[in-house]
Amino acid sequence: MSTETVAVHAEPLEEASSTLKPVNLKFPITYAVMAMVALGVFALFSPAGAVTRFRLGAPTDFIEIPLAEVPAAPTNWVLGAALAALAVLAFVRAYQRKRLGRWHPVLFGVLFVAAFLVWAGADRGAVIPLVTMLTGALALSVPLIFGAMCGLVGERTGVINIAIEGQLLAGAFLAAVAASVFVNAYVGLVAAPIAGALVGALLVVFAVKYQVNQIIVGVVLNVLVIGLTSFLFSTVLTQNSQLWNARQQLPRLPVPVLSEIPIIGPVLFNQTILVYLMYVIVALLYVFLFRSRWGLRVRAVGEHPKAADTVGINVNRTRTINVIFAGAIAGLGGAFFTVGQGLAFGQEMSAGQGFIALAAMILGRWNPLGAMFAALLFGFSTSLGNTLSTIGTPVPSEVLLMLPYIITIFAVAGFVGRVRPPAANGEPYVK
Amino acid sequence: MSEQNEKTQPKESAADSSAEGSPPGAALKEAEGRLHHALRELSQTSWVISLLAVVVALAVGGLLIIAAHPQVQSTASYFFARPADFFTTSFQVVRDAYSSLFRGAVYDWQAPTLQRSIRPITETLVYAVPLILAGLGIAIGFRSGMLNIGGQGQIILGVTFAGFIGYAMDLPVGAHLLLALMGGILGGAIWGGIAGVLKARTGANEVIVTIMLNNIALYLLAWLLRQQWFVQTGSNQPQSSPVEESARLFTLFGAGFRLHAGIILAIAATFFVWWLMERSTLGFELRAIGENPDAARTAGVNVAKATALVLIIGGALCGLGGAAHLLGTEYRITAGIAGTIGFDAITVALLGRSKPLGTFLAGVLFGGLKAGGVLMQAQTGTPIDIVLVLQSVIVLLIAAPPLVRAIFFLPRPDGRSRSRRRREKQAEEVAA
Amino acid sequence: MKLQLKGVTKRFGTFTANDQIDLTVEPGEIHALLGENGAGKSTLMNTIYGLYSPDEGQILLDDQPVTFNGPGDAVAAGIGMVHQHFMLIPVFTVTESVVLGYEPTKAAGILNFEQARQKVLEISSRFGFDVDPDARVEDLPVGAQQRVEIIKALSREAKVLILDEPTAVLTPQETDELIAIMRQLKEAGTSIVFITHKLREVRAIADRITVIRRGKVVGEATPQSTETKLASLMVGRQVSLTTDKEPGQTGEVSLTVDDLTVLDSAGKIVLDHVSLDIRRGEILAVAGVDGNGQTELSEAILGIRHAASGTITLDGQDLKKLTVKERLAAGLGFVPEDRSTDGVIAGFSITENFVLDMYDRAPYAKGVVMQHQAMREAAEKQTARFDVRMGTVDDPISTLSGGNQQKVVLAREMSRDLRLFVASQPTRGLDVGSIEFVHRTIIEERDKGTPCLVISTELDEVLNLADRIAVMYRGRIVGIVPADTSRDVLGLMMAGVPAEEAQEQAAAHQTALGEADELAEEKEQA
Repeated sequence: MSTETVAVHAEPLEEASSTLKPVNLKFPITYAVMAMVALGVFALFSPAGAVTRFRLGAPTDFIEIPLAEVPAAPTNWVLGAALAALAVLAFVRAYQRKRLGRWHPVLFGVLFVAAFLVWAGADRGAVIPLVTMLTGALALSVPLIFGAMCGLVGERTGVINIAIEGQLLAGAFLAAVAASVFVNAYVGLVAAPIAGALVGALLVVFAVKYQVNQIIVGVVLNVLVIGLTSFLFSTVLTQNSQLWNARQQLPRLPVPVLSEIPIIGPVLFNQTILVYLMYVIVALLYVFLFRSRWGLRVRAVGEHPKAADTVGINVNRTRTINVIFAGAIAGLGGAFFTVGQGLAFGQEMSAGQGFIALAAMILGRWNPLGAMFAALLFGFSTSLGNTLSTIGTPVPSEVLLMLPYIITIFAVAGFVGRVRPPAANGEPYVK
Repeated sequence: MSEQNEKTQPKESAADSSAEGSPPGAALKEAEGRLHHALRELSQTSWVISLLAVVVALAVGGLLIIAAHPQVQSTASYFFARPADFFTTSFQVVRDAYSSLFRGAVYDWQAPTLQRSIRPITETLVYAVPLILAGLGIAIGFRSGMLNIGGQGQIILGVTFAGFIGYAMDLPVGAHLLLALMGGILGGAIWGGIAGVLKARTGANEVIVTIMLNNIALYLLAWLLRQQWFVQTGSNQPQSSPVEESARLFTLFGAGFRLHAGIILAIAATFFVWWLMERSTLGFELRAIGENPDAARTAGVNVAKATALVLIIGGALCGLGGAAHLLGTEYRITAGIAGTIGFDAITVALLGRSKPLGTFLAGVLFGGLKAGGVLMQAQTGTPIDIVLVLQSVIVLLIAAPPLVRAIFFLPRPDGRSRSRRRREKQAEEVAA
Repeated sequence: MKLQLKGVTKRFGTFTANDQIDLTVEPGEIHALLGENGAGKSTLMNTIYGLYSPDEGQILLDDQPVTFNGPGDAVAAGIGMVHQHFMLIPVFTVTESVVLGYEPTKAAGILNFEQARQKVLEISSRFGFDVDPDARVEDLPVGAQQRVEIIKALSREAKVLILDEPTAVLTPQETDELIAIMRQLKEAGTSIVFITHKLREVRAIADRITVIRRGKVVGEATPQSTETKLASLMVGRQVSLTTDKEPGQTGEVSLTVDDLTVLDSAGKIVLDHVSLDIRRGEILAVAGVDGNGQTELSEAILGIRHAASGTITLDGQDLKKLTVKERLAAGLGFVPEDRSTDGVIAGFSITENFVLDMYDRAPYAKGVVMQHQAMREAAEKQTARFDVRMGTVDDPISTLSGGNQQKVVLAREMSRDLRLFVASQPTRGLDVGSIEFVHRTIIEERDKGTPCLVISTELDEVLNLADRIAVMYRGRIVGIVPADTSRDVLGLMMAGVPAEEAQEQAAAHQTALGEADELAEEKEQA
């Protein structure tokens, strides 16, 4: 009886709320501004008759792919018009209160970047090395992706990890040392996760056992790892660098067939085993986090530890195991700085990448795929910055290097949709 | 449940029983009881924990120094033949390192003149000035429930503003310094304010925003240092002109000492923060939002405004720290001018338990470690990075008193086992 | 299954929450555990459920002693529990919530969602629940969430089901449905332990009643016992279930809320064109199930929630133009719904909590400088007047019991001259003695001529205090009715049925609780 009355009285309310729901113009306006930049700057200020040249092949390619040349101004007028059309579509959809597909922002972004590149490279005599740039982007993303995966496993169980930076650095250090001592880069790959896991274990001891504020522990652990590695670097590693810190490099293992695909082949499939491991880890995390018993329990512990406890899940044990496991992932990512690139260890060589990884995790909304794409975006903007600073462009490279951080601030300030961390994130569980 | 009753409870924790035991004689038992009581009293006072944390950190540092020293390593290679060599060398190495650390930080008994002997303590204060000022800025955030990790960026902005005013403007002596300091305050306040306003208006997590702002500040400074209108040097070096004499913080003890008026600023700021937090209505609001923002809002506190203010004031103090560092010590802006002061300031605030006096003392301690570390590196070749290890170990231990008590077999301060206290907490919940 | 407790004792430090409890629940029996807030009911149930381990005593299942090292053991032994605060993960689907901890899996630990969904569907069809296994928990109404909890327990073959205050969040009609479910489970042989402090419910549902007070079993009763008898057993003395009050001397209209609409952060309507007014010297009580806009109404009056449209006027003054601080200064006294999150700051001293919303006003502050002496003196005087049991005013407020904390809140709000008094759930979680005190205080305030708005989900409280009753449902005021309206009518209104229709329906169709009431009355008369 009462359920019936509930239904009757529910209808008019739902209606009322949908008509009152405000039209959200944040995105359409952003798109419109960007389209206007494309038309008003990129198209209008591309010198008439200028051409922009792209190198599509890798420098090492057997067959030289010819340079692609596009006329700057006409290309950018076309691209600008396309961007304007996408912006208009966004307005239309917003007024209809309908969602746009995911293809929209992706297409918009690709076109905008293309327009930017055409403008930036116009009439400079230099060639924009597309494959080199993309390879660089992936390379810069590798530690970010590993770090972001580490961060999200930890936060999904409710432990905030600011120590990703330290875990990357520790991984880089131990990978270099182990690879050097055993004169084998693959030994470095085995050692690196151990270093990351150790930092993770310290985090757990203080955050879970002693319930110290997790952000504080993370900050301090970063200082500790920097101090330890720098100290050992200046002493042991420099005293006998031949033994302790000789360069070792993981070989590239091109995947047959796949690596032959133009442009993306050499970028994605002519990599070291570390990068392939990264693909596997992202894929596995994505599947297991949402489809497995492990993932269900991890998320339960991070969202509502007490509820998890009442169904017999040991909250603190789950957190302990997973944070240490996550640390191993970050440690593995740290190996990229040394054995992954064939470099010796250097002081503070992680250079803040751990914090960008954290940003990628947030921007990717604690989802492995999202975090990966965010990390790739950050890697790309840095690579773009590096490329542009060598060919010389009107935009200072620092601005591009700042971009990941600025995007992240916009993200957490809610400009790119609501970011919702796991509910019990950062809260120690006291039974 | 009073303390009295608690103390009569039977022992439960391992720490309790190890300190109590069950001695046969009554007299012995009494003595043990007194000792137990004294130990409990001891571990109750937080400064004892702090002291023990420093001891543990020095021990860890000592082990590292031993492990990394080539001479010790060579004695270790024939350890089983002559173990004494190993131990005496180890002892000497650690003693040398720490005694030079002490001589560099407090008093150098090996210096030729009295002036040179007492110089180290003034150097300690020189390093302490920015740490104290920025530490106070961070501490205000902690007290108000805001984790400001952005000291680094706020310092950079303070340096930038203060420096530019310091060398690009031409003003009379007092006014120039004052304006440059105000510039530093403004720069830090803007950078903190961005995080504060975003937190207040959109709820953006201040930890993330301030971390991001640190990196943005770094690139901003790198860019500025490439702009001729900014550096005004006429060269391509990534550094600025030195600030004018009129904008420098004057030295206090004349030539031979670097200690400058910044220390007076630091003392004044310490008093100001104490008054603000403990005596003013704004401080009441800030502490209220720190403890329970919902209740504060219900009580009529404008939480958004207070949130923004916390980070603005905190940023201003960090900016002032940066300004004092530049105008008193460095004079020229370089890309790495902020060093790690911003992160050190976090540890300073933590070690000082976010109280003004504690932060001041913690700043002096860490300043001493830095000043001493410089001499230690120069004289014994022990890298100054060891100071980072000492700092982080100290802060980690202080944040986890139970760990320190476990290391030194001290009883719990309230004589209760951890699990029992937990259960009591539940009981309160149940009873409520 | 038969559940038996023998001498179960549970201590927290020096506080004995459960003292030598003996309890037997026969198979297929609905056994009510009746006791006041803080009597130790929840502790006892958490002990049975393996969350706590007893210090003394034994738990026996079918005469076999058992020990549980955690809820997992208890569940494996056939004990299920529906907690007062649901143990569901808001972002999970119904299926995910049900299988958590007992997941059917395929190879490599991948969940077998299909099997899990089938299980949910099977159980919900068996008991006629209409629950979508793919719905997100946070999108479900409270009643449905409770059913998910029950499905969760049943999916683990619970033979003993513990329900902790299950009706606290339900309308009387939803309670009726729950009672039907409980009877169905009983038929199927499940033993049910039903925890409550509501006297009417136990009489309607229970086969047997055990009353506990201050951690001890103080007696057994049958559903035929009178409410008065149960109440005095529960409280330990003769209690009058109603507070004596004279009809109010109402004056002119003081507070007017007109056409007030409030949206939540997601833009959804939470308060839908609400209009009401309160006269001087009148208590308007707002009844309704939790989450139907009452909280938002009080918060909009205080000003911590923005009104999208409509007006709030107090004695002709437009409150919407004022900040929270200005409204408090204008004479608004406010007792928030959740004392521990909104009412007090746990780490602050009693003094600081006493001035919490007056800290920047004379005499507690001169300019920006706080006057600690004046604060202390006022706190001492007022806490004495309200009989707050405490050490000194410098102690942290967290050292006080819930009732005494609430007295500090009342002392604070009533220590200044009020023009309007708003209280949300003023007695939630308090013992009967404190409840009586709070009710008397509110009536005294009314008698001073202050218009009072009291929001409560407890019908007893509403009926006890109100001069008029407004019933809210889904952000709307269903109707404003006289104080002598029957419970059944109010219950129907709480489910959204307009007042007149509710009168008719209630006359035609009685709820289980209503029937039990009548039976008892008849018996008493006989």
